[in-house]
Amino acid sequence: MTTKLGIDDRQVRRARQAASAVADRMDDFIRRRSTLSVERTVLRLMGVDGVDDEDIPLANVVVDAADEAGELRGGITRTMARAVVQTGRDPQTVAEAVADGSLDLSELDSLPEDRVRRMGDELAESAADTIKNNADQRQAYLEESEERPEPLHYVIVATGNIHEDVVQARTAAREGADIIAVIRSTGQSLLDYVPYGATTEGFGGTMATQENFRIMREGLDDVGEELGRYIRLCNYCSGLCMPEIAAMGALERLDVMLNDALYGILFRDINPQRTFVDQYFSRLVNAYAGVVINTGEDNYLTTADPMEAADTVLASQFINEQFALRSGLPEEQMGLGHAMEMDPEIENGFLYELAQAQLSREIFPDAPLKYMPPTKHMTGNIFRGHVQDALFNAVGVMTGQGIQLLGMMTEAMHTPHMGDRYLSLENAQMVMNNMRDLGEEMRFKEDGIIQSRAQNVLGQAVDLLEDVEDRGMFEVLAEGVFADVFRPKDRGKGLDGVFERGPDYYNPIERELRERTGLSVD
Amino acid sequence: MAIKGREGAEPPDLTEVRPYGDTLDDGQVQLSFTLPVPYGPEAKEAGRRMAREMGFEDPQLYHIEDLGEGYTYFIVYGRTAASIDFTDIDVATVDSERMGFKELNAFIEETFGRELVVLGACTGTDAHSVGIDAIMNMKGYDGDYGLERYPMVEAHNLGMQVPNEKLVTKALELDADVLLVSQVVTQKDVHIENLSALIDMLEAEGLRDQMLVICGGPRIDHELALELGFDAGFGPETTARDVASYFVKELRERGLT
Repeated sequence: MTTKLGIDDRQVRRARQAASAVADRMDDFIRRRSTLSVERTVLRLMGVDGVDDEDIPLANVVVDAADEAGELRGGITRTMARAVVQTGRDPQTVAEAVADGSLDLSELDSLPEDRVRRMGDELAESAADTIKNNADQRQAYLEESEERPEPLHYVIVATGNIHEDVVQARTAAREGADIIAVIRSTGQSLLDYVPYGATTEGFGGTMATQENFRIMREGLDDVGEELGRYIRLCNYCSGLCMPEIAAMGALERLDVMLNDALYGILFRDINPQRTFVDQYFSRLVNAYAGVVINTGEDNYLTTADPMEAADTVLASQFINEQFALRSGLPEEQMGLGHAMEMDPEIENGFLYELAQAQLSREIFPDAPLKYMPPTKHMTGNIFRGHVQDALFNAVGVMTGQGIQLLGMMTEAMHTPHMGDRYLSLENAQMVMNNMRDLGEEMRFKEDGIIQSRAQNVLGQAVDLLEDVEDRGMFEVLAEGVFADVFRPKDRGKGLDGVFERGPDYYNPIERELRERTGLSVD
Repeated sequence: MAIKGREGAEPPDLTEVRPYGDTLDDGQVQLSFTLPVPYGPEAKEAGRRMAREMGFEDPQLYHIEDLGEGYTYFIVYGRTAASIDFTDIDVATVDSERMGFKELNAFIEETFGRELVVLGACTGTDAHSVGIDAIMNMKGYDGDYGLERYPMVEAHNLGMQVPNEKLVTKALELDADVLLVSQVVTQKDVHIENLSALIDMLEAEGLRDQMLVICGGPRIDHELALELGFDAGFGPETTARDVASYFVKELRERGLT
């Protein structure tokens, strides 16, 4: 490892080892369980789409029916495969028949195991092929596309109306945005189903629906082709439907997806067991779809003090890295998160931020790190805010971050106006172009402020990780180690959607994806 | 226009106050806006006319930018002839004197002889608990402890996305003295609707007069709070001490002991 920070390789290895042990123990827990949303995801990947006459998604209808029939512990693929063989229909029309009451899942014929598995394997293989086709199409687009220097410019749209979002996104693309994220409507993370169809109303954002994904993808492909560069699309796998949204993203060719169980646990009070199981499967889908995941460590600093809690950010990045590896994600798809959130009044605050950003860079050299802008100390003084964002852009380019989530001077005021987004993109392009290779030209003073800060944070993160290893992930979450928030294992939303896999649990899509991403298949 | 003087510049006429650029009563204003019209000479004229329609004399379009997709952005300076009478202004504010942590606890013990029950929640679909957490959680904000740390306050933080119904039920169940409601998301005035609904619900249950109901958030002030039927409203930079200093005195004053 080349280091400007003088960090000790052995420390980094210790941290990784501890995080790996934490993830191993969790993986063991996770792989013995499934959730309602994991099973619904399987159906979505098999092509089940649409809603019944009460607007309940068919994926929910079928999984709930299988659950009522007492079949779910065997995995939904088992039930679906039996229904497909018996009726000669495809999964979508089976789902429609369940919804209109013409097919009762509790009355399916029993079939020989090898007959069920032949059909299940076939469905799984075709689902995986669909994901692969989309990933290949992205690759083809990227090969045609102008190469963009990192950090990529990421901006949000959040009008609540998908058609208005597209207009805003297209202007942003023209002004230099590389990634468009459609912020979700507040409250969606706690829905235990995914809304359906194009939506034109939302609060603080726009509903994540498959149709909305498709509409935005089309708008961005269109403007991207005109500009000669591929515009990436981002949405959020967080919440009770993590894996389902990952599946929708795979089907509609999203490129970047927020994916972090810890975020859901800490900031949306989602049950830890539920969301760790969901995270595993959603990341597996993201991995094979070629999606860059974004993790949410930056959020810790909105509640905890960024000077004191820097080690929790780094420790969480180590843990997220290990979880990601266990879902088949290569380092190149790990957008580990962090943020510039220190009080700008701190003397030499810029140096501490530089130290932290450089530290993440050196420890995860191949990860397209996601760097988040100031939010906590944005005041409504837009002129001051614009300067804070310029400093943030300087750190981003000097430390070679992968994805720069551009700050808006109207942060903490309202969702970005079109003009705000333009000013923000202009700011980033000017600062970064002007300072492009400054990081390459710089060395840090030995044992100076920057080196010392980085070494301290790493040392504390090692201690913290070894403590987590000793006590266990669930225990430290209950004790409020991260973000000063306390989350016991048996509390929070969605626990009733977790179940232990039965002895005959069968999920060939999981197996197929594990195999294709190079994970062990047991 | 008033004359500038090097020594003792002329004071403004407070009955007729205008924006100040660099000269008294010059009426100078800076603004920026986007129009859904394609960039070009027509857009420039459109920006100028728009500024005039807004009441600005002699608008200067210092910068105009093509945002693409048929949108144009303007940075404009203009002069307004509008003025206001400053002497006529009377704003409702929370006037309680700010007490310290120990002082507050002692005051509660002396005045009420029991712990005050305070419920906090971020209500509706709003998932931003940062405001209510700053007031309620042990750790507090900016060095000021949250209400959970107060020995004489029984603090319950119900968290985010709490339906109004749940808050009211809890208030009944715990016999609350004070309700603190935080609203951060204000898109399409969703907070106004949500806050009004809470007051309606409390009135329907006959609870409104039995407790203090206070709201807070980045877009909330005391004036708005009173308008919506709350007892008080607190904006940004508020800490637990500000809120507690208000409610201990107000509860005593209203005889809600």
